[in-house]
Amino acid sequence: MSGVLGQLNRRGAAWLALLAIALLALPLFANSYVLSVAIVILYFAYTGQAWNVMMGFCGQLSLGHALYVGLGGYAAAALFVHFGIGPWAGVWAAMAACVVFGAVIGMLAFRFGIGGVYFALLTIAFAEFTRIGFDHWEWLGASGGFFLPVAQRQYNDLANLRGSPEMFYYLMLALVAAAFALCSWLLRTRIGYYWLAIREDPEAAQALGVNTFRYKMLAVVISSAMTSLAGVFFAFYYNNLFPEQVFNIGRSIEIILGPIIGGLGTLFGPILGAAVLAVLADGITEALRYAGIEVPGVKQVFYGLCLLGVVVFLPHGIWPTLARWLGVTADTRRE
Amino acid sequence: MNSALLSVDAVSKRFRGLRAVADVSFEVQPGHIVALIGPNGAGKTTVFNLISGTLAADSGEVRLAGARITGLRPDQICAAGVGRTFQLVKPFAGLSVLDNVVVGALVRTPRVREARGKALAILERLGLADRRNVPAATLTLPDRKRLEVARALATEPRLLLLDEVMAGLRPTETDRMIEVFRQLNAEQGLTILLIEHVMRAVMALSREIHVLHHGELIASGAPEDIVRDPAVLECYLGEEAA
Repeated sequence: MSGVLGQLNRRGAAWLALLAIALLALPLFANSYVLSVAIVILYFAYTGQAWNVMMGFCGQLSLGHALYVGLGGYAAAALFVHFGIGPWAGVWAAMAACVVFGAVIGMLAFRFGIGGVYFALLTIAFAEFTRIGFDHWEWLGASGGFFLPVAQRQYNDLANLRGSPEMFYYLMLALVAAAFALCSWLLRTRIGYYWLAIREDPEAAQALGVNTFRYKMLAVVISSAMTSLAGVFFAFYYNNLFPEQVFNIGRSIEIILGPIIGGLGTLFGPILGAAVLAVLADGITEALRYAGIEVPGVKQVFYGLCLLGVVVFLPHGIWPTLARWLGVTADTRRE
Repeated sequence: MNSALLSVDAVSKRFRGLRAVADVSFEVQPGHIVALIGPNGAGKTTVFNLISGTLAADSGEVRLAGARITGLRPDQICAAGVGRTFQLVKPFAGLSVLDNVVVGALVRTPRVREARGKALAILERLGLADRRNVPAATLTLPDRKRLEVARALATEPRLLLLDEVMAGLRPTETDRMIEVFRQLNAEQGLTILLIEHVMRAVMALSREIHVLHHGELIASGAPEDIVRDPAVLECYLGEEAA
């Protein structure tokens, strides 16, 4: 889509290639702390990209994406623990569960004309009652948590996703790359054009022949299916699932911060946002320790102020401005 | 009767107590340019919304080339061959001018490359080609009106509904727009139904005029008859004609 998608020019492509090499080589140099931070960044880059499909492209605000992380994680973990079915098969069950939930939410909202903040409330409601349901589901450990057998770290068992952080790092990196490729392709198809049209003005889109119901449903289904993979990863990486944690609305907010800070509706925004947020959080912690300030809550205050600054001074997120500044996009228009 | 491209048959619409459109019937023959005029609040835009499916009629039905389109969704009616513009323009503000038109063209082809080619040709025709890469949000009002027309044309309509696309244009721009519609009508046989207050455009383009007042059709006929109709003079054209 003519530069609107931030198609990179040659300089941008060169930077991207360099970044890819650096990311591929990272585990060779990084210590375990850096690697764990990198995995978290990639995790949020991926979930942010998935969420961005719904909000950034199609304009449907979900504040309950933790629902899909939790459902995906529990589905794959349950199959693994109770039936010995490996994650590569379990991932399909995870996707199916998330697609069903996403489709039900979409159907309810879009058939009955629930939009904007009311749609957002609906997504929160689903995440919340699913959390409460899992809190009481003994088969899955209820509120006491559901645990996978702790990983052995001697060798990497990719088939069962048991192994070293390096393996998880590369897995997450592959997911981020795949999500990026998928979104960038989607935006160049009719689907992408129709999503953006719906985001900009649903009534005008409909008058131009866009079946808004179908394309909004498609956005929800793709977004929830993508997010379910993050859930499977989460379960097998951390080896434990607590309803109170995975379905928590705080998790949903974490997912959406990256794309908003990085640049809503852009392909690089979610990735950049995830990196900025993680570096910011750790950077503030380090800076405060260095300065010897140890007031409870001061980290959160600084973190909040930084986010406030981005929202106030870069209302379209960091990426559009950064891209223009670096001169890496073929076209420097907004997003 | 059966040869009409558009048949509006005894269509009515109420908003709460207000009778916006009351029992309105008219037809548009293929290849004709027909105007719908009347004072503000007469129900003209409501008629458009009933035809294009944006609003559901309380009673009556609309047929396109004999097939009932009442009850279809706006996107289905667009696919059936009715293109429309909005009086209060609705550009996809964050998208480029070209991409705005591409969205319209994609109703006829799933291939983006093909849609882009078609969209470019339409922008060329409407004199917007040099602005194709700027975001639609930055266009002036006259250009936004032209973008509305371009997008609707991109859907390859058999019937084009134009809702006050001349409003706010300078006389030279109006003449250019009139010329565009004349050409489309002559070359492609495009049928047009237009709502317009700019009588210069109405008289230059239309073969037939329908006059709405308080939701009712009070006169229909050839332009030269309509401008002499006492009822029309009284409620609408009075001052201009005097």
